[in-house]
Amino acid sequence: MSWRREWRRARAIAWKDLRTERRSKAGFSSVTVLAVTILVLFGFALGPDASVGRDAAPGVIWLAVLFAGVLAFNRCYQIELDGGSLEQLILYPGTRRAIFAGKLLANFVFVALMLLVVVFAGIVLFQVRIPSSWPALVGILAAGTIGLVTLGTFYAAMASRSRAREVLLPLLLFPMLVPVLLAAMEATKALLGGNVMGDAGAWTRLLVAFDVIFLVATFLAFEFVIEV
Amino acid sequence: MTTGAVASVVPKSHASRWPVFGWFAFLFLIASQITAIAISPPDRDMGDLQKIMYVHVPAAWMTMLSPLAVLYFGLRYLWTRREEDDLLAASSAEVATTFAGLTLALGMIWARPTWGVWWTWDARLTSMLVLFLMLAGYLALRALIDERERRAQWSAVVGVLGALNVPIVYMSVRWWRTIHQIQSSPETVDRAYVVGLRLNAFAMLFVMIYFVRRRYEAALLERMAERAIERAALGQGAAR
Repeated sequence: MSWRREWRRARAIAWKDLRTERRSKAGFSSVTVLAVTILVLFGFALGPDASVGRDAAPGVIWLAVLFAGVLAFNRCYQIELDGGSLEQLILYPGTRRAIFAGKLLANFVFVALMLLVVVFAGIVLFQVRIPSSWPALVGILAAGTIGLVTLGTFYAAMASRSRAREVLLPLLLFPMLVPVLLAAMEATKALLGGNVMGDAGAWTRLLVAFDVIFLVATFLAFEFVIEV
Repeated sequence: MTTGAVASVVPKSHASRWPVFGWFAFLFLIASQITAIAISPPDRDMGDLQKIMYVHVPAAWMTMLSPLAVLYFGLRYLWTRREEDDLLAASSAEVATTFAGLTLALGMIWARPTWGVWWTWDARLTSMLVLFLMLAGYLALRALIDERERRAQWSAVVGVLGALNVPIVYMSVRWWRTIHQIQSSPETVDRAYVVGLRLNAFAMLFVMIYFVRRRYEAALLERMAERAIERAALGQGAAR
């Protein structure tokens, strides 16, 4: 079954990337510290008023993860380029989609762990009340992370191999992420606000729809990106 | 590099009937503007400020069409790998960026006296701005990649995904706004205004096609000059 073989390839690539991250440690911890620093800076911008912070917290948390995540996305190809191993990775048997799936999986784990830290920091710093329906919150965070990581991993494949990659990735990625970010922020906000209007469910469904659309589109398009 | 070497590889056929079309497009635009301004009475609330609509609205319509051009030429490039399709997609994106900028600037000039603000987070305004930013990203990608084939392939992919994202952005922003604020109902527009708008929409379309064509020709000439330089550098001589 070729699907199973592809899945094994993707898992092997993800495992390799995560192991590299685990052994260096510096990558994950510095990116996470950066995300928390961004949270703190947003706190200064919003001022010490607790209710203002609480209202802005969902947006601030997602933006902090986005800004720090950009570094992670470029990193996952930069490591390959530094080692000159991207060509070999492409030459291995199997489809190129397995490479994308592997990178996607590794980035998802990376960003999800970072998000976990940032969410806890955000809850403490902005005095957010944890809602009783917190499993739904976990679902929203996961769906938002999938959307973020899908587009991030895809555009980083191009940006990391261009000049001025630090500028190019956000420039390409941020406008594309508008729907995902809007849906993730609004769903999180609705849920943390007690889900009075029942908006959280609607926004979450929209978010999942965006995830599916972008997953399909990027998987189809990745071949064109990696082969040149 | 001498200019003579470039001139020798530029075929004369590229200077075909397009300048005539350009004259037609601009004369048609001027005529449409005069007609629209002449036949429409001053607006009850806005007065003559309403006239800005005859550039703003058609430009906005044409900008909304432009992702289709980028999508079409991008897909065609991925299908055929013809360099011409890549250059056409790039030309469309460049012209679309200009038109999006024009739409936004005119909209702000109109909004300030009418609404009292330069900007509001309306669905159409916001998605036009996001479209402008996506186009800017597309052009930045093209500017930052030197290898020709890679640039063509990547910008085709970015263009196609960006075009697919346009309706998604619009819908999500609209939903975001409707939850927070009641949307204004579309105003009933008088016939005199409709005729002016439609005429100018065609005029803008012609001008846009002309711009894309000229930009494409310029890109073709640049490519030919590059090839001539390559040939000269390889010692085979620029003249064929």
